[in-house]
Amino acid sequence: MDLSTTFLDLALKNPLIASASPLTASLDSIKKLEDNGIAAVIMHSLFEEEITHEIRQIDHFLHIHSDSYAEATSYLPSEVDFDNLHADHYLEEIRRIKESVSVPVIASLNGASAGGWVKYATKLQEAGADALELNITYIPTSMEQQGHEVEQMYIDTAAMLAQHISIPLNVKMNAYFSSPANMAKRFVDAGVKGLTLFDNPTLVDVDLELLSPLQHANITSSARLSETLRWCAILYNKLPCSLCANTGVHGGTDVLKAIMSGADATALASVLLIKGETEISQILLDIREWMEKHEYESITQMKGSISLCHTDNPSAYERNSYMYALQHYRR
Amino acid sequence: MSESTTITVDGNEAVALVAHKINEVIAIYPITPSSPMGEFSDIYSSKGEKNIFGTVPEVYEMQSEGGASGAVHGSLQTGALTTTFTASQGLLLMIPNMYKIAGELTSTVFHVAARSLAAQGLSIFGDHQDVMGVRQTGFALLASNSVQEAHDFALISQAASLRSRIPFLHFFDGFRTSHEVSRIEQLKIDDLKAMIDPELVAQHRKRGLNPDHPVLRGTSQNPDVYFQGRESVNRYYQALPGILQNEMDRFYELTGRRYNLFDYCGAEDAERILVLMGSGAEAVEESVAYLNTQGSKVGMIKVRLALPFAQEAFIQALPKSLKSIAVLDRTKESGSLGEPLYHDVVTTLFEHRDTFRVMPTIIGGRYGLSSKEFTPAMIIGIFDELAKTTPKNHFTVGIDDDVTFTSLQYDHDFILENSDQFQAVFYGLGSDGTVGANKNTIKIIGTQTDNYAQGYFVYDSKKSGSMTTSHLRFGSKPIQSSYLIQKADFVAVHQAVFLEKLDLLDIAKPGAIFLLNSPYPKEEVWNRLPRVTQEQIIAKQIRFFAIDAYKVAQASKMGRRINTVMQTCFFAISGILSKDEAMRKIKASIQKTYGAKGDVIVQMNYDAVDTTLENLYEIKVPDNANSSQALHPILKGDMTPFIEEVIGKISAFKGDQVRVSQMPDDGTWPTGTAQYEKRNIAQEVPFWDADTCIQCNKCVSACPHSVIRSSIFDVSFLENAPQGFSAKAAKGKEYTENDRFAISVAVEDCTGCALCVEVCPAKNKSQTNLKAINMVLQLPLRESGIKQWDFFLSLPKMDRSSLDHSNLKDSQFLEPLFEFSGACPGCGETPYVKLASQLFGDRMVIANATGCSSIYGGNLPTTPWRKNDEGKGPAWSNSLFEDNAEFGLGFRLAIDSHTDRAKQLLENLKDKLDPSAVTDILNAEQHDEAQINAQRQRVELLKKSLEALDHDDAKTLIELSDYLVKKSVWIMGGDGWAYDIGYGGLDHVLASGKNVNILVLDTQVYSNTGGQQSKATFTGAVAKFAAGGKAAMPKDLAAMAINYQNVYVAKVSMGANDTATVKAFVEAERYDGPSIIIAYSHCVAHGYDLKYGFDQQKRAVDSGLWPIFRFNPDKIKEGQNPMTLDYKGPKIDVKDFMYRETRFKMAEKMNKEAADSYLATASQTAQSLYHRYQNLHAYYQPSEEKE
Repeated sequence: MDLSTTFLDLALKNPLIASASPLTASLDSIKKLEDNGIAAVIMHSLFEEEITHEIRQIDHFLHIHSDSYAEATSYLPSEVDFDNLHADHYLEEIRRIKESVSVPVIASLNGASAGGWVKYATKLQEAGADALELNITYIPTSMEQQGHEVEQMYIDTAAMLAQHISIPLNVKMNAYFSSPANMAKRFVDAGVKGLTLFDNPTLVDVDLELLSPLQHANITSSARLSETLRWCAILYNKLPCSLCANTGVHGGTDVLKAIMSGADATALASVLLIKGETEISQILLDIREWMEKHEYESITQMKGSISLCHTDNPSAYERNSYMYALQHYRR
Repeated sequence: MSESTTITVDGNEAVALVAHKINEVIAIYPITPSSPMGEFSDIYSSKGEKNIFGTVPEVYEMQSEGGASGAVHGSLQTGALTTTFTASQGLLLMIPNMYKIAGELTSTVFHVAARSLAAQGLSIFGDHQDVMGVRQTGFALLASNSVQEAHDFALISQAASLRSRIPFLHFFDGFRTSHEVSRIEQLKIDDLKAMIDPELVAQHRKRGLNPDHPVLRGTSQNPDVYFQGRESVNRYYQALPGILQNEMDRFYELTGRRYNLFDYCGAEDAERILVLMGSGAEAVEESVAYLNTQGSKVGMIKVRLALPFAQEAFIQALPKSLKSIAVLDRTKESGSLGEPLYHDVVTTLFEHRDTFRVMPTIIGGRYGLSSKEFTPAMIIGIFDELAKTTPKNHFTVGIDDDVTFTSLQYDHDFILENSDQFQAVFYGLGSDGTVGANKNTIKIIGTQTDNYAQGYFVYDSKKSGSMTTSHLRFGSKPIQSSYLIQKADFVAVHQAVFLEKLDLLDIAKPGAIFLLNSPYPKEEVWNRLPRVTQEQIIAKQIRFFAIDAYKVAQASKMGRRINTVMQTCFFAISGILSKDEAMRKIKASIQKTYGAKGDVIVQMNYDAVDTTLENLYEIKVPDNANSSQALHPILKGDMTPFIEEVIGKISAFKGDQVRVSQMPDDGTWPTGTAQYEKRNIAQEVPFWDADTCIQCNKCVSACPHSVIRSSIFDVSFLENAPQGFSAKAAKGKEYTENDRFAISVAVEDCTGCALCVEVCPAKNKSQTNLKAINMVLQLPLRESGIKQWDFFLSLPKMDRSSLDHSNLKDSQFLEPLFEFSGACPGCGETPYVKLASQLFGDRMVIANATGCSSIYGGNLPTTPWRKNDEGKGPAWSNSLFEDNAEFGLGFRLAIDSHTDRAKQLLENLKDKLDPSAVTDILNAEQHDEAQINAQRQRVELLKKSLEALDHDDAKTLIELSDYLVKKSVWIMGGDGWAYDIGYGGLDHVLASGKNVNILVLDTQVYSNTGGQQSKATFTGAVAKFAAGGKAAMPKDLAAMAINYQNVYVAKVSMGANDTATVKAFVEAERYDGPSIIIAYSHCVAHGYDLKYGFDQQKRAVDSGLWPIFRFNPDKIKEGQNPMTLDYKGPKIDVKDFMYRETRFKMAEKMNKEAADSYLATASQTAQSLYHRYQNLHAYYQPSEEKE
């Protein structure tokens, strides 16, 4: 039985990728993932805004109280060497991880600006990353900013990065574009080699005691698989790029559904955070059992088999399927 | 060391650059103004920079200067080249070891930034009192007069010490040289190697203790041989001058810079000469050159080797034409016949009297104590005095001594014109980056042009809203003007608000350039100036430029730092460089300064440069002044003549005019004077929303400057309330429907820290971004705010006896007797200090260790400690840094003695008084406010009864009767004192069993000297002297105190648990024995916006790194558990506390792996601390409860 697949031109031994999460933040943890059978890892993200903010903060607080009082012309040693100012340690970590594991290692950038990331992307490539995932987190709060401007900002950022690196670029898309298919096409036209469907933004809540908004990590479940399946199915075979199913993949059957819908691979985070790395072995076991029972020989064989272009029921992925479901419910 | 030969550095860096290269061990301890030498050395070593021997020097911070000198002694005795840096009292603490080091003929150099000694008052500034205080130790004393000389002599002294085996004390003037930035020629590594003879280094090492060839030193000698042993070293001292001169000659051959034991400057046929050492010699040389061009025949001798005094060399240096000498000492030895240099010169001339046909007239005088200005006018005054037939001996110069009439007269209006120099003065705000920008400007001009450059920076006495004055000189010739600029070609005022109180253009020359950072549009700038400023501009035909620097800075994301903006303006209009060249050089400098901190920061500064030029404009000056705005008074309110005349002058930066007769001769100073300042430094101040308020008083308790107060009073008082004064029905069962609650804000005294807003728990129900107290612009609120504050102060004070002092809310109705200090905005220490003053201020005596709390508590001109309406309030004193616990214990012993004597007298007089009243007084319980108040009333009645008695005991008892009311002794200081330098004394006082209360304001660093690590510093924090991050765990001082079992111990955090904090203060004071409260105090040295100080305090507790608890031995007697844990163990990851502060975060940015290991250690520490205190709680659990 052949579980191998290809994602971003990378040969994977199976379709399971560890998505960016605290589990991909250290070498020890990544080794555990590999030991349990993961086929590739996406490193925890470098957050552009965080790095820029931290640099500004450090500069500000190293100097803000300087030279204001005769006895203390400064309050912290400022002439020290900042060897990790620009997350240089991340690069070092990639090098170490690449030396220590055999599965592909995909670096991850999370940010909103085009210019700032080129330097980092190049460095990540030099450090040995097999591919790069870009996660553009941008919440347009301005009443003046139009949708097409936001879309263009996404495309420009991806294009800028794609021009400057030779390793494959993967974009983690969000599900809220007016026309996800068109955006997918524009990303690919801009040089993107893979799309992850979808980004899973943090949740907002309200603390009624503190009267303050809160943010929670968005832990998913299989119930959230729907949109992932829909867009894998729609985009399959339409674009010269890889597809990775990201949200709601929690078990072997979820993986099988995603692959049959058109995904080349599936990215896991919530399930591993909840159940631990050993769940990878269980998922692989479940996949094998299902394939054996249903006499499938390979993952490649089933890829896109229930996609929009290969399914016997294309309307399931379209709006009228919603009407159908509703009517069915009434009955 | 760079291969570049020209650098611009200050004296401290100039010395550290050399000392770090030629030593193997450096033992350090912070003390102003020498601390930067240790800091530089620590940074060099943390970066792995090697000395000329190829090793990275071991830089090690000790617990005191005494400890540092001990470590130096040990290191020297084991053969390593070793040095230390110190000043003032620190040097005095080294005296015992200096005797040993010299007695054992050990080569070393101590580098000293010479500073005043604490006498009638402490001073951080420069003179030679400390150095002259160690003349007897056997160290050679070598004086540097300038930054260049400090650099050069750091090397020469080491070479001479190695060859002579006599230890050297190399000194230079604190601040004037240690902090003056100057262009100098940097010594090359080859120069250092050439001067340090490897053979001598090897001999030094061979003399070290080594079990492979053992010897014994430090014997105990007896009457038969000790004397001979002391005399055995004479020949080394006799040889030293020759050796030093030889090293100076070798140095000259290497560098071309010539030095001699005594350097004569001036006319060959001079008749009058001055003799002195230190930075003042530079001004004298400059003045001598001027006088000789005017036809005088004068000269001067720069003394290099002050001790041993090389008589022959001195005599040879004198001109043959000499008629009179004035010897100038920058020190004071009360009661002596003259100061040391004067004595040495008199003795030398007397012992060489045969050399002279006519013995010259010799006079001696004092100048420049505590960095008092020493100007050409004063110098010429001394030369004029020397020309008199009977010149005044034992004179002073620079002050008006109208008591013993020692001072010389001189022409105060004389200014030595120096047409070669461009002189610029900049007035900035402490935190706006002005000084930093000017240091950068000096670097640009000093290193990238042919000009010489000098910068000196003056700071005022406040830590918040302080004014900085930068004095910059540039010129084609070396700059010897070792005094402040007196007339400027360029005046920049970086904060327009300064002009409201001060005539800052008084210093401008005619035709000068004036640059103003004004928040107003171009067309309004002129009209907004005070009249005196307009008149100065018109009269002196000053060119006037303006910019809204804050607008430019904010547009460039620079926040409120206007350094780059104002620096660009200076270069654009000063004409020092062409505009294009200047802009190129500024940008190159930005790249150099900020390159290591990332492109983001570089670009931000580039943007500021580019935007500045678009926003800088010249203001057309009208022919006539049109402003009606007079300067605001410096002090406001109903003042005594002393406050008005003396404190007023000091506050107006005219303290030099205070006469000797006006100064308290024993250092006694009135309290409660900060109230007159009305500094108006906050742009935004808190504004109370009565409707949202829940009346918790947290904002009152948090306010570091006591500007927020609350009260409850009868509604009838509101009849006279000014417009806008808010009050609401008082919440709480104990209040009636007529009771009103109000919060008032002293808008003129607020520093705008916004800590109050962050601690406010009440959110506006319709707009949750608003609270019950919110920051609003001060200016529109100022006039109404003043009226409201005055009205609030006129309200009746609440009855102290009716309030529950253990309750946070009630405690904050108590009047603070500590207000409006000069502490930093958002200070984490002062809320505790204020709380103590509220609870016990009217019967408190405070011993305050040197440090932040002694500076904001007692730095002139004004004092925040104050009296209540009855004239009672904290009596406060600062002795030293190291002795504070002992100092406070002395208070206790004296007070107990007075009380015992009063009780004894009362017993003696019992028959003559109402016996039951006497019994009541003698047996009075004084545990709470009501009991203490009752005792006060009894004592007042007693005094009246005593007045009627004609008995000596009665008279004595009247004097002592106040001691029958409980006095509260408080010993306050920071962690540097409590954990390090003062720990021995503190430990002894804890063991004494005496009723003292110790308050440790724990910022986890030496805050006052700029954030050096102490033993309280958290694991993972970057601090000075721990530039790579501190790996070790902090000392658990509380656990050590608990070990005594009879000490009340509390570890508190007002931000985490204010209720427990108030309880701790009350319990500690009530406990009849030693008490210690260790209070978490956030600090600017932690590197975050201190408005979040209380939030971070909570995180520190929640992370488990700051466990809070109270250990009350009284409870053991009551059969209860003495241990109360006020927290529930680690609740959040240590990272969630630590990485919100730059001190921790920067460790991660420097070295991620090290930072990760610090996090792991911190996490373990948090757990183990919790287990430790849980176990203690379990251990003390009463047995029946255990069962």
